[in-house]
Order: sequence, then structure tokens, then C-alpha cells
Amino acid sequence: MSKLQIHDVSVVYPGLNGGEQVRALSDINFTIDPGEFVVALGASGCGKTTLLSLMAGFISPTEGFLTLGDSQISGLPRVACGVDLQDQIDGPGKERGVVFQKHALLPWLNVVENTEFGLKLQGVGKKERRERAARFLKLVGLEDFHRHPVYQLSGGMQQRVGIARALTNDPKMLLLDEPLGALDALTREVLQELLLDVWKETQKMMFFITHSVEEALFMASRLIIMSPRPGRITHEFRLDFNERFLECRDARKVKSMPEFITMREEVLSIIHGDETVGGLH
Amino acid sequence: MIATKALTPKATMGGGKTAAPAFSKEVRPRDKKSPTLPQRIRNLFSAGPVMPGESYGAPGRGKSLAISVVTATVLLLLWYTVTAAGWISPLFLPSPVAVVERFWEILTDGFAGASLLEHTGWSMYRVFGAFALAMVTAIPIGILMGVNRVARGLFDPIIEFYRPLPPLAYLPLVIIWLGIGEVSKIVLIYMAIFAPMALSARAGVRSVAIEQIHAAYSMGASRWQVIRYIILKSALPEILTGMRIGVGFGWTTLVAAEMVAAQAGLGFMVLNAAEFLVTDVVIMGIVVIGIIAYLFDMLMRYAERKLVPWKGK
Repeated sequence: MSKLQIHDVSVVYPGLNGGEQVRALSDINFTIDPGEFVVALGASGCGKTTLLSLMAGFISPTEGFLTLGDSQISGLPRVACGVDLQDQIDGPGKERGVVFQKHALLPWLNVVENTEFGLKLQGVGKKERRERAARFLKLVGLEDFHRHPVYQLSGGMQQRVGIARALTNDPKMLLLDEPLGALDALTREVLQELLLDVWKETQKMMFFITHSVEEALFMASRLIIMSPRPGRITHEFRLDFNERFLECRDARKVKSMPEFITMREEVLSIIHGDETVGGLH
Repeated sequence: MIATKALTPKATMGGGKTAAPAFSKEVRPRDKKSPTLPQRIRNLFSAGPVMPGESYGAPGRGKSLAISVVTATVLLLLWYTVTAAGWISPLFLPSPVAVVERFWEILTDGFAGASLLEHTGWSMYRVFGAFALAMVTAIPIGILMGVNRVARGLFDPIIEFYRPLPPLAYLPLVIIWLGIGEVSKIVLIYMAIFAPMALSARAGVRSVAIEQIHAAYSMGASRWQVIRYIILKSALPEILTGMRIGVGFGWTTLVAAEMVAAQAGLGFMVLNAAEFLVTDVVIMGIVVIGIIAYLFDMLMRYAERKLVPWKGK
């Protein structure tokens, strides 16, 4: 399997009305290895979503470039700079599935049609599409809502359709932008475990953005903490709480382990330290 | 301590009572039961209490049908009264009874060499013919303008230039180019419908949520699939609105189109009657045009509810 690499990437947004430029991301060098579950944590405005948009191919970096395996995803062609690139995808592709912060479902399709939409685009037959969509709708707990219009669902249910849609399309890599933020606590825990199971089973690369420290520690095999102005990665931790959960299947036990609590305090103090610095300037 | 006490609601109310006794409830107990006129007027424009199934503060909340029926009835009564009393000469305003009588007369005997059905049929043929032509040209061009910068650059100056012109201004040119037959009439109406329909389709394309496009690309969509499955669907509500506005412009232009060398048509009938000061036929023609346009708009609104139930959600 191929890894995703970010080479010296900066993203600069032009200032409004000739104002100061905003450096959303500064000199990011980062690699996601096959089978890794990377979680990004940080205050609003630290460039998490910008980083995800770069990986998805929705935006291009101002400097640097991104590669997935032997293909360049975005940035200016860098064949000459030592990386042997076979082809250029440039932009989004179905190997990188995205779960959006605001579901981005299609209101003219019902729940099951939204879920199978990616397979329809690829010309998969209706019977197979329905079967695969039904499997993931069952996993997210929406098996009784196949024919419902999506605009009549609650925010949390819409988000679950968005997750089922991304999983049904079976991408190599999943990019999740605060996918569980709108969910109630119980559903949230169920879906955390579901995502870990999918990850374990399929060994997909995961890039997961969250505001919740506990969620980050529980899900991550690698945790990156980001800091704003300019957006950059300040801390990196390798974690194994997700593996421990997959062994014992008891989320509450994992989340109350002394190591988990120590780690949580450490991460919280990093984030709070950041906020104080940000507030003083 | 005193300052704190004065801030409690009770103290404020008491203060208000002594300062302005005229507004207190003891002096005018009537206020409790029925609101005064200024209060009623204020209530009309306040957010007001919520009926079951409605949400507080939504603009224009509540039913308006009863008020509309009252408006129409009062206008008709007023019309009847001023004509029956003889305050206005029938030359300026014939009575509603005369108009209805004239309607039956023309329905059976016809006017200016054609029956009412013929007049109506010719006008509907011109308006809906132009409307159909506009649908198959304006909507694709509008969509193309939305998704393609070359098409936008090509058509934008043409449409934006002629759109604000009154059809009467370019009617002579259309006649010089296309003659006085059916073609020039349909083309004139077509031009009036084309601009709003094309611009609505273009605006519809522009209103697509970028997240939906991104989502489709992330699921492996091609450019053509994004246009077909996302952009066209997203633009549908505005395209339908454009069709409604467009056909309205069509009816507006009808009379101008039937000014020159028409043998039949509602616009022709109205103009012809006006020349001979047959005012009841003028009014009847206007009412018939209004009713047909209204019925078609109802049909379009029904289609909207069926085709785009997600609109505004």
C-alpha cells in the first residue's frame, strides 16, 4: 500500500482588501503511513481543515506538494526534485473518501440513494449498490431509514449517512473533518468504535479531525497537535489506546486507564498553554 | 442599597404608575379585554404568539387567503356600486354585469371576425410556442453560461444589453427583419422570455454548494457526472422559478406582439376594442389574459412542489 506524503507545504490566503496575508499552514512536512490512524487536534483556525482539504485535493498549496504513493495529488509538478512520480492525479479522487463537517448530502436523493451514490458514479449495478449501501447503513444504525428524504433527518442522522456514504465507496484513505461533532454522546461512542473496527478490518489510512481530546486519544495511532498563526504541527504522539480497545472491546475501561488520564492531562495542558499564548497577542 | 432596590421590576412598575397614571390598568380597565386600535396595528407587525406547528418570528407567518378574498370582494362591490349608481360613464368603466354579458356574447358570436376561443387559442399558441422555444434554448444556454467561462463571456453582453429594453422598442426592427407574420410575433415574445429564463438557469448553477461538488469528485465523479448529477439538480429550483418569471414576461409582451397585422388574439381583441371605445371588451380581454396567466402559474407552482420538494430546506 502507498503512503501519503506532504512535502514542505505552505498555504497562504491573500489578505482582504490588500490587508495582511494569512498564513494558514506553514512548512508542513508530514507522512501518513499505510494503515495509520492519524488524528489532528487543535484550536479553531489552526489549519486542520486546510490540511484535510489539501489531502483531499480541494485546494492547492502555495508552496510544496503532496503525493500519494507514486502519484502527485496537488502542488506544482516536482518531478525534478528527487521524488520519482509516475503520474499526477491533481485534485480529488475516489481513493480518498471524505466525510464533511456539514454532511454535504444531496437533498434530491433519499438516504439509500445518497449512500450508494459513489458506486452509481462508477457504474456498479443497482443490486450490488443496494447491498453494499444497506450493509453500512445497518452499521451506522439507519437500516429503517432507507427511503427517507435526507432533509427530514436530524443533524446527527445526516452525519451518519455521510459516514455510511464514504464507507460504501470503499476508499483507500478516509479523510474525516469533525465527523462526530454533531452527534449525541451515545451515538458518538458507537461510531468511534465502528470507525476503529472498519480501520482494523480494512487497514485504511485515516485522517481524522476533532475538537475532543478524549476522542483524539481514543482513536489515534498517531496524534498531531496543531497551533494557529501560522498553522503548524507542534506536537506528535504515538498512541495505542485504539489497539487496546480492539483487544478488550471495553471503551470505558480504556478511557479510564491511568495512562489515558495522564495523557489527557498532558494534551490538555499543551492546548491550554497555546490558548493563553494566543490570547495574550 | 437604594440603587439596587430601584432596579427590581416591582419598584419600576410602581414608579411608572405614579409618574404616568393615564397608562395604568386601574384607570382604563377596558385595555384588559380588547386592545386599542394602535395596539391592534402594532400587533399586526409584531412577532406575536405562535400557532401550533408554526415557528416564532418567521417573517410573513400566518394565512392570508381570507384577507385576499375580502380585498377582491370589496373591489368588485366598489366597481359595481360606482357603475350602478351612474357616477362613472360606461365609456370609462362599464359595469361588471355588462362585462359578463359581453363575455357570453363574444363567446358565442365572436368579436372582430373571430370567436373568443379563437382569440384565446391564437394567443396561447404564440405565448406557449415562444415559451417552449425558450425552454429548449434559454435553459441550456443559461446552464452553459454557469459552467463555462467562454459561453458566459459570449452570451453575457448580448443578454444584458437587450434585457432591459422594452419589447416595443425593438418591435419595429423585428418586423423589418422577419415580416408581419407569425414568426415575428413569436420571436418578440420569445426574446422577452429568453433573458429571465437564461439568467435564472445561470444563477441556479452558481448557487450549487461547493461541498456537494467536492463530495462528488471525492467519490470518483467525472466533470460530466458532476454537471449531470449535482449541478443540474441543484439548479432545478431556480430554473423552475425562471420559467415562471419567463412566462409572465411572455404574457406582458403579448399585446405588443399582436399590435401589428394580427387577425386574432386576445391582445389584438383588446387593442381593436379600444380603437372603437368598446370598453367592456377591453376589460373582458384583460381579465381573460389575467386568468389564463394565473392558472398557468398555479400549474407551475404545483410542478415546483412535486419536482423540487427539497427547495428551501
